[in-house]
Amino acid sequence: MISEAGIWGIFLIPVGALAIIALVIRPLLRHHRTPVIAGLITMGALAASLVLSVWALVSVMEDGPLIYDGVTWLTVAGMEMRVGLMVDSLTAIMLVVVTGVSLTVQVYSHAYMKGDTGYVRYFAFMSLFSAAMIGLVIAGNIIQLYVMWELVGLGSYLLIGFWFHRPAAAAAAKKAFLVTRIGDFGFLLAILYLFFNRGAFIEQGLNPLNIVDIQAAAPLIAAGTFAALGGLGVTWVAVGIFAGAVGKSAQFPLHVWLPDAMEGPTPVSALIHAATMVAAGVFLIARFFPIFQASEEAMAAVALVGAFTAVFAATMALTSNDIKRVLAFSTVSQLGYMVAALGIGAYGPAIFHLFTHAFFKALLFLGAGSVNHATGVFDMRYMGGLRKVMPWTYGLMLIGSLSLAGIFPFAGFWSKDEILGHAWRGPDGLDAIVFALLIAGVALTAFYTFRMFYMTFHGEFRGGAEAEQKAQGDAAVGNPAPKPHLAESSLVMLLPMGALALGAAAAGYLVNPQVDLLDIPAHWFSYFVGPEGAKAPPLNSGLAAFAMGLSVLFIGIASLTHLKGRGAGKRVERAVQPAVTALNRRYYIDDLYEGKVVKTGFYRYLGGFLDWFDQQIVDALVDAAGWLSRNLGWAVGRVQTGQAQFYAIGASLGALAILVTYLIWS
Amino acid sequence: MTVQDVYLLSPEISLVGLALLVMAMDLFVKRKAVLFLMAVVGLALPVALSVMLWMDVQAEPGGRLVGVYGALTVDKFALFFKFLVLGSAALLLAASLDYAKRLTRLQGEFVGLILLSATGMTLLAAATELISIYVSLELTALPLIAMCAFLGSSRSGEAGLKFLILSGLSSALLLYGMTLVYGFTGSTYLTEIGEAMKNPLDPSVPFGGLVILVGVVLMVAGFGFKISSVPFQMWVPDVYQGAPTPVVAFLSVASKAAGFAVLLRVFYVAFPSLEMDWALLFAVLAAISMTFGNLVAMVQTNVKRLLGYSSIAHAGYLMVGLAAVASRIPNGGETSALGSLLFYLGAYTVTNLAAFFAIIGIANKIGGHKIDDFAGMAKRSPLLAAGLTVALVSLIGIPPTGLFIGKIFLFSAAVESDLAWLAVVGVVNSVVSAYYYLKVARLMYMAEPASDEETPASSISLRLALIVSALAVVAVGVAPRILTWATDAAASPLLP
Repeated sequence: MISEAGIWGIFLIPVGALAIIALVIRPLLRHHRTPVIAGLITMGALAASLVLSVWALVSVMEDGPLIYDGVTWLTVAGMEMRVGLMVDSLTAIMLVVVTGVSLTVQVYSHAYMKGDTGYVRYFAFMSLFSAAMIGLVIAGNIIQLYVMWELVGLGSYLLIGFWFHRPAAAAAAKKAFLVTRIGDFGFLLAILYLFFNRGAFIEQGLNPLNIVDIQAAAPLIAAGTFAALGGLGVTWVAVGIFAGAVGKSAQFPLHVWLPDAMEGPTPVSALIHAATMVAAGVFLIARFFPIFQASEEAMAAVALVGAFTAVFAATMALTSNDIKRVLAFSTVSQLGYMVAALGIGAYGPAIFHLFTHAFFKALLFLGAGSVNHATGVFDMRYMGGLRKVMPWTYGLMLIGSLSLAGIFPFAGFWSKDEILGHAWRGPDGLDAIVFALLIAGVALTAFYTFRMFYMTFHGEFRGGAEAEQKAQGDAAVGNPAPKPHLAESSLVMLLPMGALALGAAAAGYLVNPQVDLLDIPAHWFSYFVGPEGAKAPPLNSGLAAFAMGLSVLFIGIASLTHLKGRGAGKRVERAVQPAVTALNRRYYIDDLYEGKVVKTGFYRYLGGFLDWFDQQIVDALVDAAGWLSRNLGWAVGRVQTGQAQFYAIGASLGALAILVTYLIWS
Repeated sequence: MTVQDVYLLSPEISLVGLALLVMAMDLFVKRKAVLFLMAVVGLALPVALSVMLWMDVQAEPGGRLVGVYGALTVDKFALFFKFLVLGSAALLLAASLDYAKRLTRLQGEFVGLILLSATGMTLLAAATELISIYVSLELTALPLIAMCAFLGSSRSGEAGLKFLILSGLSSALLLYGMTLVYGFTGSTYLTEIGEAMKNPLDPSVPFGGLVILVGVVLMVAGFGFKISSVPFQMWVPDVYQGAPTPVVAFLSVASKAAGFAVLLRVFYVAFPSLEMDWALLFAVLAAISMTFGNLVAMVQTNVKRLLGYSSIAHAGYLMVGLAAVASRIPNGGETSALGSLLFYLGAYTVTNLAAFFAIIGIANKIGGHKIDDFAGMAKRSPLLAAGLTVALVSLIGIPPTGLFIGKIFLFSAAVESDLAWLAVVGVVNSVVSAYYYLKVARLMYMAEPASDEETPASSISLRLALIVSALAVVAVGVAPRILTWATDAAASPLLP
């Protein structure tokens, strides 16, 4: 069994890598072109973390959850804040996903970032980002979790804005940071709510900041024997936590930051979308799942937001021409599936989908990076025909796409079907709504995935970076785009993709088979992750066939419109032009936020108020302070010319004043 | 004196010995840096002796060793302050090397006087008899007064003279207070005073209750100078501005810590049953000190004056703890208020040291202490700018730094003692203080350097001292247990 120190090691080894890179390597090798050592240290650290994570997983499988109380960090108001560890089946799975995906991304990054002047900085940030995510999933205390949560936010800010000299990247980083902050505020309120109601927890012998204790309190709350969080109280806590998840997992209405986050280096997107940042939101709901279960309203909100986001984001992916944006919308949509699944109580299937999604989405992003390496563009209108020059990338991307579209027997098929099956079996109207939305999402997903796939790899090559620059007009005069060198990417990039492709192809069935498979018992994953005594119903083959038929149908439609050149597709898009425009403007939500909310609401009204407050109140206070100190300075100034007597008189009078006050008192 | 007494005094004896040795060596040694090195290394001896004493005290059933005819009580409370003073002295001497290089003479005396003043402070923490307290206090103050005037400039001389006069005044008040207390209780031993105070007032003594009241208030006034609380704070800005920076640093941390040590001990041991609302007195003084210090600090243009007012404000925060402690003393209290106060003192010590060390280095570069000249310091010296920023962030009370935790402790102790209003005043003051602290940080990072002339880099010993103290600030903020472990132990001897 893995020891407490071993689990800490999973977190501390990448922290150590960060420290070495930031404190030793960067100062020494700042001017070196590509200091490979920085990449190697990060990779080595994550490989070590991966080994320990697998060990942790095996330990949890054999011995059940590993909970370590850890040490007391602070004692405030009679309550201990502890820094501990909580490694249950959820954490164990997350650890393997995070470290595994991160490792493949680091290997890939080494080739992708070669020659970038920020190579060392990149790996320092990557170590920080991975470490923060690991710290988040192993946290045993909600404050500890919150600190890591914010560190993940910091890491994403640094990485999205990695090329900070590009205004778009800097703006995207700021947007991601601010938008997620709105959600974080809700999370913070939930924590404070728990803190202020600590009395009720302490009465029961529980610590309101320990995650285990919060989970333990949930059944009491549901049973109505927990006064402080009864009634609406628990709903507020759940909604606050959910707000944090909505921000981080880019759910409607806080989804706007994720598409812009594409400004970061592509491997960063792979990491953000597959294993770290956005998965944190889903993890958070799963972590406090008992609290959600105690509140029907909160569960309904989670289900509806998730299901709506799943469809809503998928529609925006339909017309986007930027390959990374298609994938970004796709991530938002797939996260919607997970959130919706949690909302209808399908805890196991949600985590299962998180698990399989990590593989195929990381694969697709790395594939997009590979394509970009060859063509110099992300705009699919200037790609096409890459099938012939990049056969390996083509094949690997095909696996990822089939998995995303939910085609048998790829990983996505199994996990998506479990969610659908759960919604189908659900007893009430809510499940029916969720089911209808998610089924619609299946069709949309199949279409946009293969639209993207065909536009990128089929048809004729449409010129890459050169053509893009020509199309954008003379904006780029004097800075000619590099000639695309159409060739397959290097092995260092292909191998990590291959590893992910194995997962995208087979991980679904291997970890959660329908029947006993060699050493793997049937429905292993469901039993492992799911709560005690959870049932793992067999596959609903009729439903599965229907969903997959739908996917195939829409892949077919995509083939009709986009496989042979873009003629048919263009005609269709022209026919529904207003809708396309709306989709390309992302339903005008960004415009609304930036125009009405930010410009009018913040700048004019809030800004105006703050300006008034600053001018009238703050300045007046400062002026008063200045006046006070000037007049005080007058007295002090007199004495500074040599009259220490003033001080002596002041002190004596002060002592006298105290004395007189007390004499009058008594 | 018995062997036991010598053992109890051994840290102080070794300190005095070290001071004399350094001053003697000064006659023979050409490179004065050797003297500083010698002193820093030599401080290991009193530290080691204090560690031995700590272990012996731990083994003792009563948790204390009393000696020198009952004038000295060595317990964990005293030893905590000894470590604080000795640690500050060691860091300070390492950091003063750059500064002292500019002194053309008296470098050996500089080191010697610092060590002698430190001796007074370590004694002060352990003294439990009024005359010993007074003598220790003078031993603390006189070397510092001499050093204030060390630069020979008119500002420095003025600082020294003012400090001397006001120190004399405070000593006079203190002595007069002590005399009255002695006259009323018939003893100079704190424990015996405490016993005498328990008895009901003897009606035959004329003005009995009044006399003790006057005596105690005068003692408070005397200690008030040491901790630079309002209304005894007026010397602070002038002395801070005029005196050599390392002396100011020592004054602002070690001297203040020793002042709190003796104040706490006197109140816990001698006057626990005094029927007065001390909590309210300290609370009001705390509120005034914080507000006054922070408001006036806002308009300062000299960084040393700024830190002077900041030091007054922090005396106010510390007195929040004192108020919480005072409201607990009559009913037996628990560790949290006293422990919080000690924690804040410890965190404040490393924070202020880091700030002053960075300022010594920066002042060497810009040749003065004008805040405007700090512009662009991040480009000219990233380490100094980063060190100062860490200290400033901690002084505001922003995580992850020591004083953030310190403020949480202090303010929650105040709330527990039904002084919620004081906690609110403290929080508002912390927010206000961000204005002038961050102004300095912003100037260093956002503004362009006024000049990019190459200046010699700071010495390694200064940089090391800065790094150690800044890391300590963060370490205490991230893992407060390093310090709470010590402060809980230190608080225990005073609690019933």
